[in-house]
This record gives sequence, C-alpha cells and structure tokens, in this order.
Amino acid sequence: MPDTIADQGRDEGAYNYAYLDEQTKRMIRRAILKAVAVPGYQVPFGGREMPLPYGWGTGGIQITASIIGRDDTLKVIDQGADDTTNAVSIRRFFAKVAGVATTTRTEEATVIQTRHRVPETPLREGQILVFQVPIPEPLRMLEPRETETRTLHALSEYGVMQVSLYESIARHGRISKAYNYPVLVNGRYIMSPSPIPKFDNPKLDRNPALQLYGAGREKRIYAVPPHTPVKSLDFDDHPFEIERWTQCCDLCGSTESFLDEMIVDDEGTRRFICSDTDYCQERQEAQRLEAQSQKGERQ
Amino acid sequence: MTGALLSARGVTKRFGGRTACNGVSFDLWPGEVLGIVGESGSGKSTLLNCLAGRLVPDAGSVLYETRSVGSVDVHNLTEARRRLLARTEWGFVNQDAREGLRMGVSAGANIGERLMAIGARNYGEIRGTASDWLQRVEIDLGRIDDPPTVYSGGMRQRLQIARNLVSSPRLVFMDEPTGGLDVSVQARLLDLLRGLVDRFHLSAVLVTHDLGVARLLTHRLMVMQGGQVVEEGLTDQVLDDPQHAYTQMLVASILPV
Repeated sequence: MPDTIADQGRDEGAYNYAYLDEQTKRMIRRAILKAVAVPGYQVPFGGREMPLPYGWGTGGIQITASIIGRDDTLKVIDQGADDTTNAVSIRRFFAKVAGVATTTRTEEATVIQTRHRVPETPLREGQILVFQVPIPEPLRMLEPRETETRTLHALSEYGVMQVSLYESIARHGRISKAYNYPVLVNGRYIMSPSPIPKFDNPKLDRNPALQLYGAGREKRIYAVPPHTPVKSLDFDDHPFEIERWTQCCDLCGSTESFLDEMIVDDEGTRRFICSDTDYCQERQEAQRLEAQSQKGERQ
Repeated sequence: MTGALLSARGVTKRFGGRTACNGVSFDLWPGEVLGIVGESGSGKSTLLNCLAGRLVPDAGSVLYETRSVGSVDVHNLTEARRRLLARTEWGFVNQDAREGLRMGVSAGANIGERLMAIGARNYGEIRGTASDWLQRVEIDLGRIDDPPTVYSGGMRQRLQIARNLVSSPRLVFMDEPTGGLDVSVQARLLDLLRGLVDRFHLSAVLVTHDLGVARLLTHRLMVMQGGQVVEEGLTDQVLDDPQHAYTQMLVASILPV
C-alpha cells in the first residue's frame, strides 16, 4: 500500500512528486542557479499558488519543493522552534508530498527551511538553509519605487541605506535595528537577510552551507553561496554589534544562544530560554547523560 | 575646448507635436550665474532638465567640462557616470523642496546623504559636516534632528541648498528656488545664495520668472518665449534696455511698489 501522496503520485498520477509540477521546479531551479551565480541579487521567478497563504512561507516552500529529493532529510523551524504550528505543518506537508525523512536535529538535516532564525548549531558543507522572506527588497522602506530600487542595486548606489542607519543613531544614539539588519553580500549587493535577529547575522558570513532565500508574495529568489563574505552595514564609529544577555538559558544554561524572554505569571516573573529548541534539548540531553555517568562512577 | 564649463548646442526637446524648447545654444563660464527667464510654459524648466541630464533632448548636445576627465557629452554618458556626475559635481535645487529632500528623515541625514553616497562611513564626521552646513544656511543647530516636514518653506529651501552644496559641486541648477516663498524670506534666501555662490565660486543656471531674482543673482540672462531664446545678454543690459518686444513687455509688467 502506498502510504504517502508521493508514492500514490508515482503509482496513480495524482500529485506530482513534491507538489510542484516538473516545469515549475525547473523554472525555480534556474532562478536558484542564477541567484547562486550572482550572490545577493534578487532573481524574479513565476511564483505559484501554494496550499497555504502568503506570509506563511510560500517562497520557502517553493524553493524546498524544487530542491528536495527522496534521500533528503528535512528540518523546519519557525522562530527557532521545531514544534510551532507553521513548522509542524510544513514538515508534515513535505513528509506527505515528497516522502522525505524529517528530523528536528540540525546535524541530521540536509535541507533546513527556516523562518526568522539561523540554527545555533554550526552548519556544514552540503547542507542547505532555506529562508522564508516577507520583503526581499532591503531598500523598500526607503524607496517605494521598484524601478528606482532596481536602478540603485544595479549601480550600487547604497547611500540611502546608510541614511537609514544614520537616522537611527541620530534618534536613538545607536543603530536600533534589531532584526532584518541589512548586509552587503560579497562586497556587491545589499541584501535583506529576512527577519532574523541581528544576532544571527555573523552566522551568515562565510557559512559553509548554501543559503537560499524565497519570497513568495514578491516572487523573488536570492542566495548566498557557501563561504561567501556577508558584512553587516555600520559606521566606523558605530560598529555592528549583536545582542548580549546578562542571563543564561533557564533550561540548558547556555550563555551563547539567542534567548527568548518569557513572562510566566501575573507578578512579572521572567524566564529566559533558548529560542532554538533543538539546540536547547540537545544540551539538556548531554547534561543528563553526563550527570548519569557521574552518578554511575560514584556508585 | 573653449574653457566653458557647460556648453549647450542646439538643444531641442519635443513632447509629441509640441516643441518645448527649440535649438537652444549657449556657453556657461566658470563662476558665472546664468538666468533663464520667461513666462510659464516657455520651456525654461524643460531646458534646465535637459541640461542637467534629467530629460534626453531630441536634438543637440550638452557638453560639460569635468574636474578629472575633461569634456563629456552629458547625454552620451552611461547612466552610472551621469548619476555620479550629478552627485559629485552638480547640485539641483527644485522649486518644491519636497521633491529635492527626503522628507521622512532628519535634516542631518538629508545633508549627509550625498556624503554617505560617495563613501563616508564615519557618523561623527558626517554629523559634523552636516552641522557646519546647517550653520552656513542659517538654520538653528538644535533643529538638526528634526525632519523637514516640521520646517517652514524657507527653511526647507535652505536645507535643500545645503544638501546640494555639501559635496562641493561646481555647477548648480536651480529651478525657481524662491518660488512660493514670501517676500522677506525670498530676500533672505537670495542673500544667502549670493553669498554661497561668491564664496564657493559656483557656477549656476537659474530658472525663474521673477525678474527681481534674476537681477540680484545672475550675471547673464536668457529670455525665452515659446521654446525659443528671444534675447540674451548681460542681465543689467537686458533689463535696462530690452530689445525684443516680449522682453519689453516682461520688464514693463513688473509691478511698481
């Protein structure tokens, strides 16, 4: 008995493998190739209707559907967590239509689709990180005309991006942008890293994994190939800085990861825990094993 | 080359069947302020936009003597080079300051934009230069972080001038810089402009319909009517002894106070 739609598709001609038809995948792959060849450049593509609304990751899903194969292992995270609604449904979707193995462990995954985070566990060569992007154009809020922003990219006229950082310092005394912090890719194109916290920006720089960015509503794909320099914009006298916490994670005690602040009762008690659930759980697991083995030694 | 900073040769621009400016030729010399006067619809602004590379003329050419690479044909440059030229060697002051300013960001950022566009990456220095220029155009330093939306019309216009002059251009195009301002503000702006032109040895092409402005600021005057230059000469000469019937009418129609 076929147990996935993918298998049914092969047998009965229902859904095509990985939902999209082959011509669409071919078109998206061509866009991806171009995006990889010109790091940071936004390649337009013919976005398809997906069985979920814009803003829920249609761009990321189309990229994942175009690159995924039967041997892949998929991990999907949303704000760092594997168990949120969006992550669970996208993972189930691909398990159903592509028949791939899914995992929550970063090391095991070959394709990681993500919304708003880069995993804490360092990625390695051969892995692909697929970002869901709401607004691919980093200059959009500064220059509403698409024709103009394209010209600015073409001629690398990026003074206006710097103006927004200047404005932030003038108003707040520091660069206050905390997520979707603009980066310069390979010294050429300014790119929106999607709404990841700026904490994750240094991880984009010379990352051994391939980064693909898909914007479904705006129908744009862009990419950062492995080991490509990615520089966060700043001023000489106001250098780029990432967030720091005085607390550590309440569950695993990590002082290095990105922490979510949670208010847990009516008295305003706060807890800080890792936003990356897989990283946090693996550390807890390791600590438990270590505690057990120490106990064993004592006995 | 003749040593002229900007030379127009037979510049013609048509919009459909309508000829907005027809075969205009002139030379602008370094340090000179040229006025273009005429009534509404006479093709002044079209000519200015053609000169500044914002409109492509249907015939004729505009040559500009650059600092570094000698004479270039403005309309034969690549878009990248033309925009660089416009950012570094030119300024453009619009009649409506809202078109020339970035209304959403502070005055300091407005002045600093050109510096950042040509690679300045030190916040303190950019802000320092912006403060200097605010003082030069007589805007209170306490307003440096205010957006131009809360500025008065006159202040906006002065801010626009500062934003243009910060990259020390050699040539400034001005399209009715005093239009829409009341008379006392106009007088102050004219004073300021005259001082800046003098101090920085600027050349300028100034479009205006106000002969008083032309008299105060310009050295030479071109009178346009229906897309044609009907009279040209030293400003005082043209205004004191107009030859062409249209110029005579124009001079005669100034309201006596």
